Parts: sequence; structure tokens; C-alpha cells
Amino acid sequence: MKRLQTIRKTGGGGCNQVVLCQGMGTPEFSLWIFLSSLIAGLLGSLTGLGGGVVIVPVLTVLFHIDIHYAIGASLVSVIATSSGAAAAYVREGYSNIRIGMFLEIATTIGAIFGAWLTTRVPTHAIGFIFGVVLLYSAYASVRMKHPEHGQQKPDALAERLRLHGSFPGANGDEAYAAQRVPAGFSLMFLAGSLSGLLGIGSGAVKVLAMDQAMRLPFKVSTTTSNFMIGVTAAASAGIYLSRGYISPGLAMPVMLGVLGGSLTGSKILVRAEVKTLRIVFAVVIVALGLEMVINSITGRL
Amino acid sequence: MQVTDQKLEIAIGRMLQTGVLLAAAVVLIGGILYLHQATGSRPDYSHFKGVAEALRSPVDIFNDARHGDTTSIIQLGLLLLIATPIARVILAAVGFLFERDRLYFCISLIVLAVLLYSLLHAA
Repeated sequence: MKRLQTIRKTGGGGCNQVVLCQGMGTPEFSLWIFLSSLIAGLLGSLTGLGGGVVIVPVLTVLFHIDIHYAIGASLVSVIATSSGAAAAYVREGYSNIRIGMFLEIATTIGAIFGAWLTTRVPTHAIGFIFGVVLLYSAYASVRMKHPEHGQQKPDALAERLRLHGSFPGANGDEAYAAQRVPAGFSLMFLAGSLSGLLGIGSGAVKVLAMDQAMRLPFKVSTTTSNFMIGVTAAASAGIYLSRGYISPGLAMPVMLGVLGGSLTGSKILVRAEVKTLRIVFAVVIVALGLEMVINSITGRL
Repeated sequence: MQVTDQKLEIAIGRMLQTGVLLAAAVVLIGGILYLHQATGSRPDYSHFKGVAEALRSPVDIFNDARHGDTTSIIQLGLLLLIATPIARVILAAVGFLFERDRLYFCISLIVLAVLLYSLLHAA
């Protein structure tokens, strides 16, 4: 009870009143969770951060749900978003199935490692790492600088693994080839570990690996990342299920809400100006990230 | 039939979308039944205890869902959802086989092996 009195309203559909949190009926509670997940999915899709990274802090900070249940519900919603958006991404013709498949070796092994870590690492450490990842994601979403992919020679490993392709550019098909494969592969292992540990898609780290390390075009990186997110999350989902992290009563409104929100978001996204939204939303993410870091350090999470 | 990467990706994209819609429909049906049956105040999620054993294994979930247990029906929908990316890897492996791309057929099998290891090891 003491903990409940310290709740501060930080925005969003909320559980700021003690009455709302305790003694609430299941349908009413599910509706609140559904609406919050809808907004999280919408914002996650509009900003490119993904729904998982938004819904976990909402569930833990605003609704005081244990982080294990929160990441379990988030992980299934991440799979839904990734698979649900796949058809739309394919039509654009940017995603590269070979680069994705090769890097999934690293992300899936990382995901198993990450899911194993959740059973070993104390709750406040998970919260702390989550907060740091949130802060990084916010930074990555507003930073617009992307390296030139230009006409570099592919490295030998990329050549052997045929990590190259072309995409429909302004002046016909533009060719590209991957650079620095070992660096990208290592970062993908990290992305997978974070996904398994935190129940998120960790799209920001996946894009970092492809866009910054492997020098792949940004559009290729983001669309290929979307495909990889579902496969990566599936690798830790089995472990989450057997550990009892996936609670049907909670995962149901979260999954349906995040899926609905992100599908709506991807429809709005077509030719919408999202730069201002990105910045506003980054501020919200920073606030949630700081809240998680502080709560973890002071032991309130 | 000529199999190209583009055709393969379109087929995979459609399959994923169908899988998600099917999974969401099962979760929604289970969810409506679950909320219809719910009485009293909401479950407490503030302390982690883990869900009931019967909701943790695919075999138990399948059996209980057949007998109309609402939480198991939701869980069954979530299992369908978890299966969609796995089906994607299988479909890609088959596609690479048709393209006679042995390297990527093997890479797909490695990813599939990791996914199955995770599921079987967990059970």
C-alpha cells in the first residue's frame, strides 16, 4: 500500500488513483490495459521504436505489474507486430531475406541467452538495463544521421555469404553490399540478448547493427529488422512460456491492443510528417526510462 | 515454377499475416469468454508467482482449450502466434531449396534448429 501512494501520474491511460488499481474488476482492468497498449502500439509504430519498448514501462511504472509478467506480455505482442506488418514491408521491396536469415543465427542464440539471464538476474537489474535501453532508443529515434553506404567494396566475408542486394531507388535499382560483417553479427547477438532479457523487439539495436556497422541502406535495415524481430522473439517465447511469464489474462489485452495500434499506425504513417511527433515522443520515452532507472536504483521496481 | 526471392518474400509475408489474424481471432474469442466468466476483483500481477503449470506446456494448453478452458484458449492463440515466425523460417528454407541455394538452405536450418532447441529445451 505504501508503494501505491507514491505513484505519480506521468501521462497515458493511467492507474494514478489507488482505487483504479485495487479492487477493480477484471473487464475494467483489461479495458485499461487494452487502451494503453493501443496507444503504445500506435506510438511505437509511428516513431519506429516498436510497441514492446513502450508497453513494458507503461505496465511496470503506471500499472505496477511485475516486470516478468510485463515482458511476457510484451514479447508476444512484439511477435504479433512483426508478423502483422510483414506483408506491407515486403511490398515495398526493401527487405533482404538472406541478410535477415544469416543475422538471425546471432539474434536467436542471443535471445536464448537473454531469456536464460532473466531467470538469473535480479528484477531491479532488469529494470535498470531496460531504462538504459529506453534512453538509447529515444536517442536513436531522433538522431537522423546515417552513414553513406555508397560504392564501397564489400568485405570478403560478405561476398562469400552473398550479403548484398538492390532496392528500388529514385534512379532505378540501387545496389548495396554489407561491410564489417563480424561487427554486425556481434551487435546482433547483443540485440538478441536484449530482446530475450527485456521482452522487446530491440529494433533500435538491430538497425544500429545493419545501418551503422554493416553500412546497409537505412530502409533496408529497418524493413529487414522488422522481419528479424519476430524470429528473434520466438526463440525466447518458448522459455518465457515454460517459466510462466506469459499470463493469458494480461497478454490478451496487451497483444490485441499493441497489434491494433501498430497496424493503425502503419496506415497513418504513409506520407505523414512524424519528425515533431518523434521528438515529443522521445521526451516521454526519456521520462519513462529515467523513472525505470530511478525506481530500479531505489528498489521500488 | 520459377522461385525468386521476391515471390518467396511475398508468399512469406502473406503467410505471416494470415497466421497473425488467425492467432488474434483465437485470442479474442478466448478473451471474450474469459471476461464473460470473470468475477470479483482483478488478478494481482504485482508480485511474480508464474502462471499455473497447465498454462505453460503446449500439450496441456491444447487439451484444456479443447475442453473450453478460457485462459487455455487465449494461450492457444498465443502459441499460434509464436508459431508464425517459426513457419516463416521453414517456408524460407523450402524456398531456398527450390532456388538451389544450398548455403542459405543450411543457414535457415541452423536458425530453425536454434528455435526448436529453445522450444524443446523449455518443455
